[in-house]
Amino acid sequence: MNNRSHTPFIRTVKISERSSKDTLKIRIAAFVLALAAGGIFMLLLGYNPFELYGTIISGAFRSKMAFQATVKFMIPLLMSSLGVAMAFKMRFWNIGAEGQIIVGAVCASYFALFHNNWPHFLLLIVMFAAGAIGGGLWGLIPAYFKSKYDTNETLFTLMLNYIALHIITYLRDGPWKDPDSSGFPKIARFAANAQIDKVFGVHFGWIIALILVIIVFIYLKYTKHGYEISVVGESKSTAKYAGMDVKRVILRTMILSGGICGITGMIQAAGSDMTLASSVAGGVGFTAIIVSWLAYLNPFGILLVSFLFSILDKGSSVMQSAYGLSTYFASVLQGIILFFILGCEFFIRYKFVLTKKGGK
Amino acid sequence: MFIKFLIAAVFAGTPLLFGTVGEIMNEKAGHLNLGVEGMMAMGACAGFMAGFFSNNIYIALLAAFLAGMLGALIYAVLTITFMANQNVTGLTLTIFGVGISNFVGEFMLVNSASSSLKLPEQITAQISNINIPGASTIPVLGPLLFQYNIFVYLGVVIAIICGIYYSRTKTGLNVRAIGENPGTADAAGIKVTKLKYINVLIGGGICGIGGAYCSMIINGGVWMNNPVNGQGWISVALVIFATWRPLRAILGSFIFGAFNILKYYFPKTIITIPNAFYDMLPFVITALVLVVTSIRKSKENSQPASCGVNYFREER
Repeated sequence: MNNRSHTPFIRTVKISERSSKDTLKIRIAAFVLALAAGGIFMLLLGYNPFELYGTIISGAFRSKMAFQATVKFMIPLLMSSLGVAMAFKMRFWNIGAEGQIIVGAVCASYFALFHNNWPHFLLLIVMFAAGAIGGGLWGLIPAYFKSKYDTNETLFTLMLNYIALHIITYLRDGPWKDPDSSGFPKIARFAANAQIDKVFGVHFGWIIALILVIIVFIYLKYTKHGYEISVVGESKSTAKYAGMDVKRVILRTMILSGGICGITGMIQAAGSDMTLASSVAGGVGFTAIIVSWLAYLNPFGILLVSFLFSILDKGSSVMQSAYGLSTYFASVLQGIILFFILGCEFFIRYKFVLTKKGGK
Repeated sequence: MFIKFLIAAVFAGTPLLFGTVGEIMNEKAGHLNLGVEGMMAMGACAGFMAGFFSNNIYIALLAAFLAGMLGALIYAVLTITFMANQNVTGLTLTIFGVGISNFVGEFMLVNSASSSLKLPEQITAQISNINIPGASTIPVLGPLLFQYNIFVYLGVVIAIICGIYYSRTKTGLNVRAIGENPGTADAAGIKVTKLKYINVLIGGGICGIGGAYCSMIINGGVWMNNPVNGQGWISVALVIFATWRPLRAILGSFIFGAFNILKYYFPKTIITIPNAFYDMLPFVITALVLVVTSIRKSKENSQPASCGVNYFREER
């Protein structure tokens, strides 16, 4: 009896290497299964899943304006996912994109609100730099404590998100309150001079985002810095033996990661919201983590996944007006997709083996 | 005035207490579950809806517990059996849980007759504050100790049981061994997978009840979107503040509850501090605790060592 209870019925065994074709097959199967699970959920609510999925997709593409709105959803998601991916590649769990976006937006907004008489081009460049520096410094704080005292970065970045959020509410209720607004306190709308110009109907943040995809790709794949990031991510001790300054790598990468998120905040405030709203990040920093993970931290994959997610976001807002279903459907579906992808990774790296009878 | 403040702090701290104890159970088993917010949201929705239809507090509590457990089950299967990344899985659980809770809430709201959902009378009476004849009328102590609703007492009892479980029982000590080093625990004959599942699932269930408190009590018995509204994240923070001890979590959650309501009670005549700073306080303090404990490197007051790292038996 005792002997038997110690031999498990099923064992987990590592698979040495699956071909990339098999890997792709498993991942696609997981994605299809996720959509099917979402479909079952729709069926349970009494809707035809094909009809709802159709509405989501056509809702994102049905007109030029709809497509522009989809792209607008995509810009902050794409950019912050790129930022998060850099930290994640280093196995630095930056959950703080949300806060870094906010601080970047706050720093940029200072110039948008109080120096809006500067020449348009100069003002935007200063705002851009302010966003990058603000976000970068906000990312540097947890990196400093991580590299010096090994402070848990997951929890620390999480706390910094909320501290950042309340910085906005402080500014909104106090020093930056728009004296002309009646009712709920809010921050004044940016002057036209401080707003980001449009290219093809969408603020030019999309161009910056696309350029960033290429820059981050090259940085991670072909530069010495990028190589150092992946070595530190694999093993800190290996990196030390190879003579790398691990602390320096952590600090540098987090400045960049936070900086990209900070730029996201600036672009969201000056391109989309036209003011500093407390919802400037609005959960994007969290969704970015899902996006970059789904894309296996590959910048081009991130481009694809964030596009897919913004279709879901825009499509579900159309679904809301057509069927009265909540837009939270998008996050339900995003969650389901990632659950399945996370699960399928296991079948790429491991397999179950039934233990033979008798045990020994 | 001061007694009123203390009582309000207890009420505001109760959802945090559930979330914190639930998360402690996860972390003791070596799983940093960032899905507390999601599990609480699922419990909030399930508890409210079950209470709305059954008009019975016990069914509502059970539904909330099971919903939180369901969220934890997704997390447990993915991280314990499938060894997926804990941070990402937990975060996804939060996004999913909050999403599905609000989605179902809005769905019910749209399909309800009066386009509002309010808990019926009988259950409202069951969740209102309990008056214990004799005890509740004792001056000072009566209102301070014997006039809360069922959730408050349940939360304290759960936390005490949990504290005894991890310090006095063999199973609880085994779980702590798993949290520190699953390989060693496994070698000592402790059933790692089974105990991990049990602790993560029950922890999730407890979070779910905390969610039900948010949807049923805080919003006055009317369904509103986002009932949990960040309390789950504060709970994750509180685990650090409570240094992974369930009994300290009781005091800690009431202190954090006090932070939450301090702005309404702090005498404005002495000094006016913007509300945002009061709201920021719990997070600043937690960040400080995090930094100080890591600088002092105190083993006693830090996370279970294996927390965040999945255990693969064949790689011991």
